[in-house]
Amino acid sequence: MYLKSAYEIRDKYLRKDMLPTIFCPGCGIGSALQYTLRAIDDLGLNQDEIVWVSGIGCSSRVPGFVNFDGLHTTHGRALAFATGIKLANPDLKIIAFMGDGDAAAIGGNHLIHAIRRNLDITVILINNFTYGMTGGQVAPTALKGLRGTTAPYGQFENPFDIADLAVSAGANYVARWSVFNYLQGINSIKKALNKEGFTLVEFLSPCPISFGRRNRMKTAPELLRWYQKITVPLAKAKKMPPEELEGKIVIGEFADRDRPGLVREYEAYKKRAKKMMGWEE
Amino acid sequence: MRYPFPVGKSDFIQGDEAIARAAILAGCRFYAGYPITPASEIFEAMALYMPLVDGVSIQMEDELASMAAIIGASWAGAKAMTATSGPGFSLMQENLGYAIMTETPVVVVDVQRGGPSTGQPTLAAQGDIMQAIWGTHGDHSLIVLSPSTVQEAFDFTIRAFNLAEKYRTPVVLLTDAEIAHMRERVYVPLPEEIEIINRKLPANEEEAKFPFGDIHGDGVPPMPIFGRGYRTYVTGLTHDERGRPRTVEAEVHEKLIRRIIEKLERNREDIISYDAFELDDAEVAIVSTGIVSRSAVRAVKILRERGVKAGLLKLNTIWPFDFDMIEELAERVRKIYVPEMNLGQLYHLVKEGANGKAEVELIAKIGGEVHTPMEIVERVVG
Repeated sequence: MYLKSAYEIRDKYLRKDMLPTIFCPGCGIGSALQYTLRAIDDLGLNQDEIVWVSGIGCSSRVPGFVNFDGLHTTHGRALAFATGIKLANPDLKIIAFMGDGDAAAIGGNHLIHAIRRNLDITVILINNFTYGMTGGQVAPTALKGLRGTTAPYGQFENPFDIADLAVSAGANYVARWSVFNYLQGINSIKKALNKEGFTLVEFLSPCPISFGRRNRMKTAPELLRWYQKITVPLAKAKKMPPEELEGKIVIGEFADRDRPGLVREYEAYKKRAKKMMGWEE
Repeated sequence: MRYPFPVGKSDFIQGDEAIARAAILAGCRFYAGYPITPASEIFEAMALYMPLVDGVSIQMEDELASMAAIIGASWAGAKAMTATSGPGFSLMQENLGYAIMTETPVVVVDVQRGGPSTGQPTLAAQGDIMQAIWGTHGDHSLIVLSPSTVQEAFDFTIRAFNLAEKYRTPVVLLTDAEIAHMRERVYVPLPEEIEIINRKLPANEEEAKFPFGDIHGDGVPPMPIFGRGYRTYVTGLTHDERGRPRTVEAEVHEKLIRRIIEKLERNREDIISYDAFELDDAEVAIVSTGIVSRSAVRAVKILRERGVKAGLLKLNTIWPFDFDMIEELAERVRKIYVPEMNLGQLYHLVKEGANGKAEVELIAKIGGEVHTPMEIVERVVG
């Protein structure tokens, strides 16, 4: 793959008047954003036919920085807004940039139902185990024992595995990487953008300021080393006994299928309705 | 255009059905909802009609999602509506505020039922007046219409879409279980008999750069809908004229919020609508809205027969509220009665409007039944 320079990608796709971003030093959102823009660029997608949607949180600020149509909505509701956009104008391609708290906690119900419907959308999910914008509260993805300001003695609840959830709920494409897996990340986003139906690419993303600092990993490199320790590639994980996978996060491609998306289903439904009413043969 | 119901003639239909038909004639092509009594029949009618007119009807996972979806659809260019009842309307308040902040034209029908909480699902009430006007957070304004007959439910639905599009704002059609489920004769007009207003679109690239700027001096910016190459950013955060978040500058916030409120305030005469009945020489006035107005009309007739110079002011718009008109009325009459199906919500507005110029008395009734005319008469004659 030929990689264009980051400056070229920046100049082509970012709103210069909105820079600098709100992201902290060492944050991984910029990387995930860059991979998404590179994927769009590589695929040669039309910038005017893509809408970015988001909820609330650090990653949800991304639609403000990119020079596309964008809807920055309420906390957790991005996919519900997107359902309206997509069904009202199926020609638009939709990218949702979401955080783990946004998607899996307050927006958990919207997430599973958007997947169940197979809403035609690509979700880029930033998972940093924390609520970064509000200062480091624990997220539903946080592994047991991780600290947050609302779990100062270490998380005692079980975490959500978002990729696993997405596969079970019926997503057409699901992949998870850390933001340090850049080639896999870009390739996954390209695959996701090329598919109809619900596609999701999750990135383990460093948040040194709100998360790392409270978990003895104050810098992005420290978080990188931790990701290397806790992530297991899917092929390897399949051969590992369950007790060895305890506390680990599997990365890789978890689903790649072609079930009909919501738009196609609704088009067929309209035809069926007209036929049943005798309006059409 | 072929319609899945008869047009240009009268039909004997329920209020909920009338709302659905009117929405389709007004150009609504996106409906998202969550079933709730007594609003479900609106959804069911939309589910039946929408695929036939190449529109969308979708059952969302909850009311939060329904409200979100219609806002998304509106930014994608569709006229969009949802319908619910009190508890569901409460869930919509978060995104109703988002629609106000982002100046998104949408129509929300609230078929009121007895509350609070799950209350009396099958019985009528007028307990959501305050929720409709002030339910969402922050300083804001929106339009609230209130029909009293099935024909008005039809007509006001068309008006709701027109006002939403004209002023780029959410409009609430506030009705109740009584009107929703009552069958009455309704004239469903031919499409060419209806005046349809569509949102103002940017005339050029330059205008599209200011989706939240008062570029025409009327407070209503043209709406650059998605997919037309304008690359518009829409946020619920306080934003400048270009839509860029500017959350800590007092001037930016004040300018934005004042414009959003004033675009409706300075068009009060266009938005506010009412019907006066026997008010010219009235000594006592009844001020009411919705279903109760029908009992009030009869009450006025009985009172006149008994020699009491009574009159009725029926409010078709609840918000913006015409405080000045109520004050003028208060100057002319001895007393104002406010019959309503709650323990005093419209009453507060009327009392504030009367400004001490006349005594204002509440005739409250809760439990699910509409006031009988005699209940109003007896309170007036003491």
